[in-house]
Order: sequence, then C-alpha cells, then structure tokens
Amino acid sequence: MTQSADITVSNVTLRYGSGEKTVLALDGISLDVKPNEFAVIVGPSGCGKSSLLYLIAGLEDRTGGAITVGGAPVDGPGPDRGMVFQSYTLFPWLTVAQNVAYGPRRRGLPEDERNRLVTHYLGEVGLAGFADHYPAQLSGGMKQRVAIARALANDPAVLLMDEPFGALDSQTRHSMQRLLLRVWDHSQKTVLFVTHDIEEAILLADRVFVMSGRPGQIRKVLPVPFARPRLGDIVLDPAFIAMKREIMGLLRSDEDGED
Amino acid sequence: MSEKPLSKSFVPYRPISLALTISLGAAVWALVIGGWMLLTYGGRVPEMFLPAPGKVLMTAGRLIADGSLLMHTAASAQVVLVGFVISSVVAVPLGLYMGTYKAVQAALDPLVNFIRYLPVTSFVPLFILWIGIGIEQRVSVIIFGTFFQQLVMIADAARSVPRDLVNAAYTLGTKRSTTVRHIVFPASLPAVLDILRVTVGWAWTYLVVAELVAAKSGLGYISLKAMRGFQVDIIFLAIAMIGILGLITDQGFRLLRRLVAPWAA
Repeated sequence: MTQSADITVSNVTLRYGSGEKTVLALDGISLDVKPNEFAVIVGPSGCGKSSLLYLIAGLEDRTGGAITVGGAPVDGPGPDRGMVFQSYTLFPWLTVAQNVAYGPRRRGLPEDERNRLVTHYLGEVGLAGFADHYPAQLSGGMKQRVAIARALANDPAVLLMDEPFGALDSQTRHSMQRLLLRVWDHSQKTVLFVTHDIEEAILLADRVFVMSGRPGQIRKVLPVPFARPRLGDIVLDPAFIAMKREIMGLLRSDEDGED
Repeated sequence: MSEKPLSKSFVPYRPISLALTISLGAAVWALVIGGWMLLTYGGRVPEMFLPAPGKVLMTAGRLIADGSLLMHTAASAQVVLVGFVISSVVAVPLGLYMGTYKAVQAALDPLVNFIRYLPVTSFVPLFILWIGIGIEQRVSVIIFGTFFQQLVMIADAARSVPRDLVNAAYTLGTKRSTTVRHIVFPASLPAVLDILRVTVGWAWTYLVVAELVAAKSGLGYISLKAMRGFQVDIIFLAIAMIGILGLITDQGFRLLRRLVAPWAA
C-alpha cells in the first residue's frame, strides 16, 4: 500500500479571467496537511475552497504559488491524488464492481488482484451485494459510497473530498460520516475534506481550516480536541457547541466584512 | 373500459396504460386508412390520382410475385446502407474529437456549418458530372446529406459529457491522450446511437432525391417511372416500402441501444 503523504500549499493564488474582469479567487493561501491527517476546510460557498481542492488535484492550473503532495510538485492530475466529487461521477456504463476496478485496471493490475480490491473495498463501504448493479440503480448515498471505494481501491497517497455528502439528506449524511471515519481509520490515508457544514467539519476533522471568501484565505486553523470515535451525541457537548460557535463567529465576521 | 375517467389521461406527463397507448396509436391509423377508403371506394377521388387500398395491395402482390419489388427495395437499401455506414464510420470518431478538443472544433466548425446549410439537391448535378450516374453517385448524395449533420450532433453529444466525469477519470489515472477512448466515447454512446437512429431516417430521404434524378433501379426510380405511366399505386407502394424500412431500421437501432448500452434508460 502507498505510504500516505503530506500536502503543502504555499502562497497559492488563483485568478480567473483577464483584463478588468479578472477575479481573484485565491489570494496567497498556504496550508499544510500531515500524513494520515484528516483535515477539513470549512468556508462559505464561493470562498474558493473547492477551487483549492481542484488545484491540489491538478485539475485546474494555479496562477501562482506552489503545491506539493508527498514532496512531489503538483503539475496536472494524477492517480496519487484520489478525489470524491460533490456531483455523482461514477461511470454510468460500468457496473459498481467495474467502477471500483477502473483505477487498478488503468494501472495494469491483473484481474485476480483487481477482483480482490473490489471485494475488499465494496465490503468496506457495505455494498458487497451491489457489485453487478449499474450506478443508475443506486441511491445518492450508495453512489458516493462506491465513489469512495473507487478512489481508495486505486491506492492514492491522499484523498481529496469536495463536499461529497452535500447533496444527501441529513440522515444519510450522518451515516456516511460514520462510514467515512471507519474507512479512513482502516486505510490511514491523508484526507483533505471540503464542506460548508460546520458540524460536519468538527465531527470529522483532526484540524479544521476556516476559510474566508473573496479572495479566499485561511482565517484560522483549529485543532479538534475531541477523542475518537466521536459519537452522535457529542454535538450536544458544551465544548463542541463552543467550537461550533467560534467557527460560526469566524465565518460571520467574514460576511459582515463584505457588507 | 378503463376504470379511470378519460380526463385522467390528459394530465401533463402522467403515464398512460399500455392498452390505451396501443389503442390510441391504432385509432389514428384506422382514421387515416378509413379516410383513404372513404375517398376512394366512395368514388370521391378519381383512381388515377388516388388508388384504393385494395388496388395497392394487389399491385404489391404482383410486384412481390415477379420479384421486382424485392429487387428495387434491395437496390435502395444497399445505397442507404453503404452511404450511411461510410458516413457514420468517419463522423462518429471525428465528431467525438471535435466535441472534446477545442482546436479540432475551431478548425472544422466554420467549414462544417457552411456546408451543413447547403441543400444536398444542389450538389446532385455536380456529383453526376464528377461521378456519373452509377451507385457511387447515389452513395455520395447519402454521405453528403448525413455526414455533416451527424458530425455536428455527435460533437454536441461529446461536449455535453459532464466535466467531473472526465476529472474523476484523471484522478484515477486516465491519461489525457486516452480520454476520448476511455470516457468520452462510452459516456456519449447512448446519445450517439440516438443520433444514428435519427440520421438514418434522413439517409432514406436523400436516397429518393438521388434515385429520382439518376438511377436504373431502386424505389425512387420506380416511383418516377410510375409517375410517367400514371401508376399511382406503385408510387404508394414505394412510399410504403420506405416507411416500413424506416420503421425496421428505427426499431433495429432501439434494440442495438438496449444491447450495447443497457445502463442507459
């Protein structure tokens, strides 16, 4: 299995457009994610948090600054950075099993090895019985579970997650969060997770990066002190609520600044 | 009779029963044929202009018996098939690249959109001069009529592949150079098959154009010959044959889509 890697983002800027209509989406943003860490970026919509993830994945070109993953500079997309997207991105023409086997297949792994990975990761996300289904036959939550299995089966050094549960109802969302933490615990991958949901951020993260918008910058980095596993009623804990309030305050002062 | 009042069948987008689907389709056919019978057997229209259904059926029997209907139908089908296959074999890959790579689109778009609006019929004299009046001429008309339309529609299908599907493929190790093969082609396959289904219908339209002008066989040719002899029943027959062949190709493509793209509803 690939050693999980660190992510360093230093002084990255992202500018859209040219001339007078230019938009500064990210302005000299810097952050570090340690190996095996579960890091969450929380920020208002349009703050550039998703753009930052796309830059780390190499799916977009940054205007300035440097990004390295496991010490290697990012220049274009690669299988060392797995990603789970907000929109459903399973390949509709492949079965669940074939979707999970897609990355290993591109790497040229033999069939029995691919089958072993499919069995293992579909078991991890609790979808062992759905191997031969097509994505169109799955619910939204199931699709995202397959997407997680597909990303992990390809053995990336880091896992990037762009609001993967954003389109799910709140009950499915909570069970997905528990599932993700369990899978992360088993896989020991570095995870960088983007969300606008403060509660989700605190539940999942080792450290929360609070981001402000337009242009996007890291406002504060908060280590989450709560022991794992964090059970459902932890959200009612005064310390949890205090942390939630602090992050809300940071995000709100950002809004006020805009007016 | 259905238990629900008929008004329930006129709710926007509400599905209707299979029985109602079939009976509505059959009713419209019955109306058309009934009207036809009324006009002809009722003696309202001279037979020279509109033959009675029985007359057309009898002519059909005669032409089937002497083998000429099959011969002309086969001749037409061959032209359509050859022209359509040549057109599709080039248009599908080229269209996919055109929809995926902006450079290919920039290069081809101005020319394709110019040619696309030229009426195919205006090229028939040119083709006859260049190619003569053999099967190659008719095949050329089919290719010219379908290729540019296919190209534009297939490029559109390729362009509408969700970006994040391609992005996901990149993060799973797909190389940019193989994106069309691994992602764009399978992702747009259902749409491509639909486009082929629609354009094969157009190919039949252009066939008649080609055969009316220069041919020694085919359904368009016997129609033209029948017109000179006031044999309206044969013209009806030729039109019906094209309709039937169109229906068969249409169903064939629907079946093909279900077979090769079972994941797409």
